[in-house]
Amino acid sequence: MNAKAQTCLWVAQRASAMILALCVLVHLGTMIYAVRGGLSAAEILGRTKGSVAWLAFYGLFVLAIAVHVPIGLRAVFGEWLKWKGISRELVLILFSTGILICGLRAVSAVFQ
Amino acid sequence: MNKLKVKIWRGGAEGAFQAFEVPRHESQTVLDVVTYVQRALDPTLAYRFACRVGMCGSCAMTVNGHARWTCRTHVDSVVDKNSEMVVAPLRNLPVIRDLVTDMREFFDKWARARGSFQGSRSRNDDFEQVRPDSKSRQEVDAAIECIGCGVCYASCDVVAQNPDYLGPAALNRAWTLQRDERDTAQAERLRAVAGDAGCHACHTHMSCTERCPKQISPTAGIAGLKREIFSSLFRKSS
Repeated sequence: MNAKAQTCLWVAQRASAMILALCVLVHLGTMIYAVRGGLSAAEILGRTKGSVAWLAFYGLFVLAIAVHVPIGLRAVFGEWLKWKGISRELVLILFSTGILICGLRAVSAVFQ
Repeated sequence: MNKLKVKIWRGGAEGAFQAFEVPRHESQTVLDVVTYVQRALDPTLAYRFACRVGMCGSCAMTVNGHARWTCRTHVDSVVDKNSEMVVAPLRNLPVIRDLVTDMREFFDKWARARGSFQGSRSRNDDFEQVRPDSKSRQEVDAAIECIGCGVCYASCDVVAQNPDYLGPAALNRAWTLQRDERDTAQAERLRAVAGDAGCHACHTHMSCTERCPKQISPTAGIAGLKREIFSSLFRKSS
């Protein structure tokens, strides 16, 4: 991977971190509201099902995680395990795809 | 006379600390202690120094766990009355013998970061005018006084984990050239300092900034390089 691609990864990680900071705040606020308000699981699902806004929000959340986490792990693997090269990139692409599939599946479950 | 207990690293990568007792004096520096050991107790001790006044950057060592310039570090500032002093070679560099490290990789990385000035004028041209109060010149001033002692490099945990990393001193040097309005190799230099071995590997621990004996902030320079590289992504010529 050339230096420009590595720079793009660095930018993607910072950009996704900014999105995650907002998403985590909204997510925590929502959870605290739901718990303190005494909402049941059925009531929560009643509000998320069919809601395009929640679909977009949690879809973005999952996307940001799928970008952010593998790039962070890439540095951890490189520095701690001295694992570099194409095998590391392929494993992390698979890992990212796994996060994306599992996350979007969960998001679609509370939407549909 | 008061005595100071000092342990000094002997050997290369493999070795052991050797204990000495040195007369304690007022305003005594760590370099004074090491020099006393070599001249009065064990002439086989290898260490490096030159100017003794904080200009040459050759006498840096690890003193009580921290990299320091020993000619300007008073013993009083690193040990209290009853404790001992431990002197070891700089971290992150191969040890040649005792307190002497091989600095080749450290300076090779300056070259890899394109740490040399490249201008456009010849000796036949007039001097280029740089305003001392311009923003770019002031940014250069804040970072230019590096003496190449290697304290930042030895203090950097990223260098320890990632030996390819150019390190704070080389990146700081690159930053001073990026802000030098006379320099003509800026695009090439940005390519040289980008990526996993360059400024993007920095985790902003700021050990370099904390330990720099010249109060330079390589962290600020590295952040500046990241900003410039980010901007360059949107320029067609990069």
